[in-house]
Amino acid sequence: MALLDVNHLDVRFALRRGDVQALRDVSFSLERGERLGIVGESGAGKSVAAFSLLNLIAKPGYIAGGSIQFDGRELTQMSDRALRHVRGHRMSMIFQDPMMTLNPVLSIGEQMVECLKAHRRISNREARAIALNKLEQVQIPSPAARLDQYPHELSGGMRQRVIIAIALLLDPDIIIADEPTTALDVTIQAEIMALLLELCEKHNVGLILITHDLGVVSQVTQRMLVMYAGRVIEQGPTREIINDPQHPYTQGLINALPQMATPGSRLNQIPGSMPSLDNLPSGCAFHPRCGFVQRADGSTRRACIDEVPGFVTSGNCRVACHMVAEMLERERIPAEEIR
Amino acid sequence: MSSTVQAPDQAPETAAPLLEIRGLEKHFSLSGDFLEQLKFKRGRLVREQQYVHAINGVDLDIQRGEALCVVGESGCGKSTVARTVMGLLHPSAGEIRYDGQRIDELSHKAMMPYRRRMQMIFQNPYASLNPRMTIQQTLEEPIRLHHPDWSSQRIKEQVAEVMASVGIAADWGARYGHEFSGGQRQRIAIARALVVDPEFIVADEPISALDVSIQAQVLNLLMEAQQQRNLTYLFITHDLAVVEHFGTRVAVMYLGRVCEVAPTATLFARPRHPYTQALMSAIPRLEDDRPQHIRLEGEVPTPVNLPSGCVFHGRCPHANERCRREIPVLIATIDGGQVACHAVEEGRID
Amino acid sequence: MTTTTPQVASRWSRFRGSYLLYSFKRDLIAQLSLVVFIALVAVAVLAPWLAPMNPYDLAQIDIMSSELPPFWVDGSDPTYPMGTDAQGRDLLSTILYGARVSLIIGFGAVALQALLGVSFGLLAGYLGGRVDAFLMRLADIQLSFSTLMVAIVVGALVKAIFGGATFSAYAVPLLVLIIGLAEWPQYARTVRASVLAERSKEYVDAARVMGFTSRRIMFRHILPNTLSPIFVISTVQVANAIIAEAALSFLGLGMPETQPSLGSLIKSGFDYLQSGSWWITLIPGLMLVVLVLVINLLGDWLRDVLNPRLYKG
Repeated sequence: MALLDVNHLDVRFALRRGDVQALRDVSFSLERGERLGIVGESGAGKSVAAFSLLNLIAKPGYIAGGSIQFDGRELTQMSDRALRHVRGHRMSMIFQDPMMTLNPVLSIGEQMVECLKAHRRISNREARAIALNKLEQVQIPSPAARLDQYPHELSGGMRQRVIIAIALLLDPDIIIADEPTTALDVTIQAEIMALLLELCEKHNVGLILITHDLGVVSQVTQRMLVMYAGRVIEQGPTREIINDPQHPYTQGLINALPQMATPGSRLNQIPGSMPSLDNLPSGCAFHPRCGFVQRADGSTRRACIDEVPGFVTSGNCRVACHMVAEMLERERIPAEEIR
Repeated sequence: MSSTVQAPDQAPETAAPLLEIRGLEKHFSLSGDFLEQLKFKRGRLVREQQYVHAINGVDLDIQRGEALCVVGESGCGKSTVARTVMGLLHPSAGEIRYDGQRIDELSHKAMMPYRRRMQMIFQNPYASLNPRMTIQQTLEEPIRLHHPDWSSQRIKEQVAEVMASVGIAADWGARYGHEFSGGQRQRIAIARALVVDPEFIVADEPISALDVSIQAQVLNLLMEAQQQRNLTYLFITHDLAVVEHFGTRVAVMYLGRVCEVAPTATLFARPRHPYTQALMSAIPRLEDDRPQHIRLEGEVPTPVNLPSGCVFHGRCPHANERCRREIPVLIATIDGGQVACHAVEEGRID
Repeated sequence: MTTTTPQVASRWSRFRGSYLLYSFKRDLIAQLSLVVFIALVAVAVLAPWLAPMNPYDLAQIDIMSSELPPFWVDGSDPTYPMGTDAQGRDLLSTILYGARVSLIIGFGAVALQALLGVSFGLLAGYLGGRVDAFLMRLADIQLSFSTLMVAIVVGALVKAIFGGATFSAYAVPLLVLIIGLAEWPQYARTVRASVLAERSKEYVDAARVMGFTSRRIMFRHILPNTLSPIFVISTVQVANAIIAEAALSFLGLGMPETQPSLGSLIKSGFDYLQSGSWWITLIPGLMLVVLVLVINLLGDWLRDVLNPRLYKG
C-alpha cells in the first residue's frame, strides 16, 4: 500500500451564490520517497489539492467527499490534535512566499526551536543543535550566525533555504512544496530546486511539487499529474507525459512553450482561457478549447460535449479524454480480431 | 591587447538607430527628505545620503524593426531602463535619443509627439487598467488626447479596428476591466498601446504574470502586431526561453550594467560572459538529461554599495585582480556581439 | 453608433447585481438606519411645512405657555405635544427646525472639508516631494488647533469686528466655515494615503506614458478610484460635524438661541434641568443621539462593504 493514497477527493467552497466545486474526483498515490509533480495553470486547483492533503483548506472551503489515506490512516476523519501531529511530523509544507511561514519578529533559531519543542520533549540546547544541523544540510553559509538573524536580514534565496530547513526539522515523510521557487530568480531557483531534489533523495523523503513550470517538473519529479479546472486529466510517469502527452490539453501546454517552436515563428497557442470553476462547460471541461473536438466526428464529439470523460489507461499513463479512449478502442479491436 | 575585433562582414553603418541610450544612470535616494538625512557622527552634524544604484552607465542602441530583449534577474535595473526610456523616471545622468533627438530633458509639451510614437505595455494586467473606466473609454481616451481633431466617428472606427486586430470582441467595449481574465486584460492593454499607432513599444515583463497557455497567445499577438505595424520593441523579461523565441538581439544586464549584447542566435549558441553562461544553464528545460547548471557563489549584491571593478566579480569563477579593480567596458566580439568582461577580452576564457 | 445604449443599461444592472445592494438587502441594521435617517432628514427638510408653529417668528410665541411638559406628563397642553421651552416655543417645532440647522451645518461643513481635504490630499499624494511635505505639515498644524480653538478665534474676531448681531445673522455659514476648516486634515490624510496606493499602480503609469497632464490624471484617473474611502470617511465626518456643532452651540460659541440648533436647544434647556423641565434638554438630546447613531451605523456598514480586503470578487 502506498504511503499516501488519495481517492475521489471532492473539495467545495461554500460561496454566497452556492457551492463551487474546486476539486472533483481527484485520485493519486505517493510511494515512500517518490517525487510527484502537480502541474496546472492558475485556477486548475493544484494548490487546493495540496492544502486539502493537510486538511488546511480555509473556510469557506471544505472536503465534500473522498478519502485521504496516509500511512494507513484516514486524514479526513482525524481529530484536529492528531492532524497537527501529522502536519508537523509526517508531512510538512513549503510555500511560495517564505514570509508566509516565517514570523518576522522571531529570529530563525527561535522559530526552529519553537517548532521542535512543540512536537518533541527536548531541551533548548538539543533543539538548537538539531536546528543548526538542518541549516547545514541546506548549505547556508555560516549557519551558526543565521540562527540569531531575523527573516528580513536574509535574501530571498536564503529565506527559502531556511524554509526548507524548517520543513526538514522533524524528519517528515512527505514535503509538499507549493510553487517553492516561483518568487525567485532563475539562477537561485535552479539552486533551490537542486537542493530540494538532493535532500529528498538523500533522506528518502517524498515530495509533492506543485508548479506551473513544466521544465521544473520534468527535472525533479518521477510522476506527474496534470490538472485542469479542478480535475486530474492526465497522470503517469513524468518522462512519458513530457515526451508523449496524450491529453490534448497537456499537448497544448507543452507545445505552447517557446522552446518547442522555432525562434521567431508563431507559438502553438491554446485558444481561450481556463473556465472559472463556478461556470464549467458541460462534458469535458476542456472541450471549448480543444482542437480535436472541432475536428471530431459525430458521436465522439457529442461525448466530449455531453459526458465527463472517465480515465483510460494508455501505456503507463491514465488519461481522461474521449478522443484518447476512442483511439485506444480502435487500436484494440483489430488486435482482438487477429486473435 | 584585444583578441576580439570588429566583425569584418558587418555593414559599417546601416541606418541610424531608432533609440540610443548613452551612459544612462539612475540613482534612487534612500535617505528621505533633508531633515532625515542629517546624522550625528563623532559629535558633528553631517548630511548623509544613501543611494540605490539602479542603473550605472547603460549604453544600448535599438534598431528600427527589431525586438531588443533585455534580460536579467530582479534588481538588475532592466525595468528602470524601460521606465527611464518612457520618461516615467528622470535619468540621473546620460542621454536618451529617439530618432536622433534627445528626449530625456524635453518639456511635457515638447514630449507629446514622442508620446504618441512610443508606447508601453506593463507587467501586471490586474493593475494596468483603470477600474472605473470601460474598455471603450480606456481605448478612446488616448486617441482623443493625441488627435483632438478627429471626429468621434473616426475615433470609434480606429478603436474598432484595433480591437479586432488584437482579438477583442466588439461587445467588450461597454464592460469594465475587472470582468476579464489576465490574458484578456493584457490584450486590452496592448490595444490601448496600439490605438495611437505607435512605432516603438516598450514591454515591461508583459507575460510574466500570465499562465503558460496565455503567454503563448500574448507573445503571438505581439509578434503579429510587429509584422503588421512594423513595430520596434524594447522587451524586458527575465525568461530566457521567451527571449530566444522573440528577440532579434539580447542585452543581458547584471546589477545595473549591460554585460553582454548579441544577436539572439549568437548569444544562445555561444554565450560569452560568465554571467550569461550561468543564466542560460539555469533555465529549466524539458529535456531528459539534467544539464549541469553552473553554480554561482552567493547572491546578487545589493545595489546600495556596488562592488568595485566588475560588478559580477564576487560571484564569477574567473575573476582576478583586474576584475576587482577595473570596470570592464563593452567590446565588440568576433560574432557581432558585445561583451563587457576582462576575462573574455584577455582570452582567459573563450 | 449604438454603443451608448448598452452602457447605460449595464450601469443599472451593475448596481442591481452589485455587492453593495446585495449586502444591503441582508443587513437589517443598515436598512433600519437608512429608514430612520431618511425619515429624520425628511422631517428636518420639511420643517417649515410640518411644524405646528414657526419658532423664529416672535409673534407666534407666547411667554405665558413656557415650560409646558410633553403630552404624557400631567399639566400638558395638547397644542404643544412635546411641550414648550423656557421662552414658550413649541418644542416639537423647535426640534424640527433645530435638526434642520444641525443637518445643514453638518453637511455644509463636510462639503467644505471634503473640498479642501480632497484637493490637498490629491495634490500631496500625486505631486509628492515638497508640496506633500508642506501640505501635510499644514495639516498637522491644523490638527493641533482643536475645533474649539478655531471657533473661539473666528467667533471672537467676527464679534469684535462686525458685532454680535452680524455673528448671529451669519451663524450658519460661519459654523460651516469653522468646522470645515478645523477638520479638513482628516480628509487630506485619507485621500493622500489612497492616492499613494493608486499612484503606484500601472494604470497611472500608463496614463503618464500616454502624455496626459497631471491634472487630468489626478481628477480623471486617480480621484474616481479613491471615492470609496471618501464615502466612508464622509459618513463619520457628518456625524462628527453635527456633534461638533452641538458642542460649540452648547458652549455658547455656536447657534444663537433665537434660531436654535439641536445643540443650542440642549443648552437652553440645561439651565432648567434643576427646576424639573427635563424635556427641553432631553428630547433634543435624544434626537441628536439617534441622528448621529444612524449615520455612524450606515458608515460602519459602508466601510464593511467597500473594504476591498473584506470584499473579493
